[in-house]
Amino acid sequence: MIEETTLPRVLSGTSARPRTWEQHLAVFGPPPAGASLSDQLDEAGLRGRGGGAFATARKVRHLRDLRGRHKFVVVNAMEGEPASHKDLTLASTNPHLILDGAQYLAHAIGANRIAVCAARDNPRVINHLQRAIHERERSGTPKVAFELQTPPWRYVAGEESALVHWLDDHEALPQYRPDRPHVARIGQAPVLVDNAETCAHVALIHRYGAAWYRALGTEGSPGSTLVSVSGAVARPVVLEVALGATLREILDAAHAVARPRAVLLGGYGGSWLDGSLLDVPYTHEDLEPLGASIGAGVIVVLADDACGIVETQRVVRWMANESARQCGPCAFGLPALADDLSHLARAGRDAGVARDRLIERCRVIEGRGACRHPDGVVRLVRSALRVFADDAADHSRGVACSGALTGSTYVRVPALEREEELVWE
Amino acid sequence: MGVRRRPDTFTMRVNPILCDGFGHCAELAPELVHLDEWGYPIIVDGPIRLSVPAALDSARYAVRGCPRQALRLEYQRPARAESPGRRRID
Repeated sequence: MIEETTLPRVLSGTSARPRTWEQHLAVFGPPPAGASLSDQLDEAGLRGRGGGAFATARKVRHLRDLRGRHKFVVVNAMEGEPASHKDLTLASTNPHLILDGAQYLAHAIGANRIAVCAARDNPRVINHLQRAIHERERSGTPKVAFELQTPPWRYVAGEESALVHWLDDHEALPQYRPDRPHVARIGQAPVLVDNAETCAHVALIHRYGAAWYRALGTEGSPGSTLVSVSGAVARPVVLEVALGATLREILDAAHAVARPRAVLLGGYGGSWLDGSLLDVPYTHEDLEPLGASIGAGVIVVLADDACGIVETQRVVRWMANESARQCGPCAFGLPALADDLSHLARAGRDAGVARDRLIERCRVIEGRGACRHPDGVVRLVRSALRVFADDAADHSRGVACSGALTGSTYVRVPALEREEELVWE
Repeated sequence: MGVRRRPDTFTMRVNPILCDGFGHCAELAPELVHLDEWGYPIIVDGPIRLSVPAALDSARYAVRGCPRQALRLEYQRPARAESPGRRRID
């Protein structure tokens, strides 16, 4: 049993070696019996940790009430965000918590299969999960069969509908879902998709109860969460923090630079937050009025000598390349946004025109994709124009800001792949 | 009870994955569809009243004329009006 107010919870132990099944049982105690999981989740107020922050209890209830001979639980450990490392850290610390949570969820909705999805480009996550699944099978057959699935690593492949599409049809492409709430299906079978971190929290809530979970965090955002801090920090880390801690406390714990210029919150489809607003508590309800969100728990710190426009341009260029190219506004609109940002970053003669065109194109593109990928990029661009308004003004007058001249960059963006080399199946 | 509520508005929706930007919809229903700079349709916001007959006609032309069958019409029923309830007679 872990004490109520101790941190870390899901990351307790060392990440040097994942806990074995015996150690797992010794530390966290035997599997619980009794209490209804959906009631516990409702009381705990757990929200999904993959980025959507949807109430897990509502999802579980909805799936539980659906008819279906077969149901699936899908654990999403795809780690699509390049700046996020929480699934890897979790899998290399307490892989059995993820599997426990998935098993309890499967029991709660009456699912008979659990698919654990980890990107095939991420062998360490696969190894840890595979070993954990084997351990459980050796120690006595689990009631529900686990299977490890390895879709290709793409930014949008971790999106719920793309993941289910891959499991159904081996194509990691998002699907069009006009009707909401939408229930994903593999064949006829309804599917519950939950992030790996969400599953780990479910495992602890089911063991220790909702009151235990609520001992940390705030009324609106209870519990703890994993954050991946990178950029201008001593070294990139994954921390477990109580929701409601201020951003400054989180950055201090990660040994970030003393006076950051800005931070990127949520992920590559998230938003920038000005460095002067770091005293805001890290909760859903406090970040929302600032146009930011917790998203997938990504925090990238930008130091003083960086140019926000250049950083945004690099991210948007990569995001445009990661588009599945299914919807016109995304396939053509995102490269157009990246081009406009390049013009603006270069601060040439057409930079002012590029900025106005950028604003107009954001308006045109928003909400017109099958998934939320283009909306995320639009959100990032808009927040960049807001937070780095000074830089943007300089650039559009044809004067590159000091950050653009020093050329230092903090957001780690993967190398661009050629379009014909992108693997989707 | 017993009163059928007929739809009074409709919206046109496009499936962006199916849509290949042929642009026929903007020809057939210019008052409902605009094209963006890449030739993909932007459909006017909000429900359109069925009492405007020309709008429904051109929307139907657009739906039928789409070579990718990416358009569809959805009809919305009016919200149930608050009725005072049946008065009791003593």
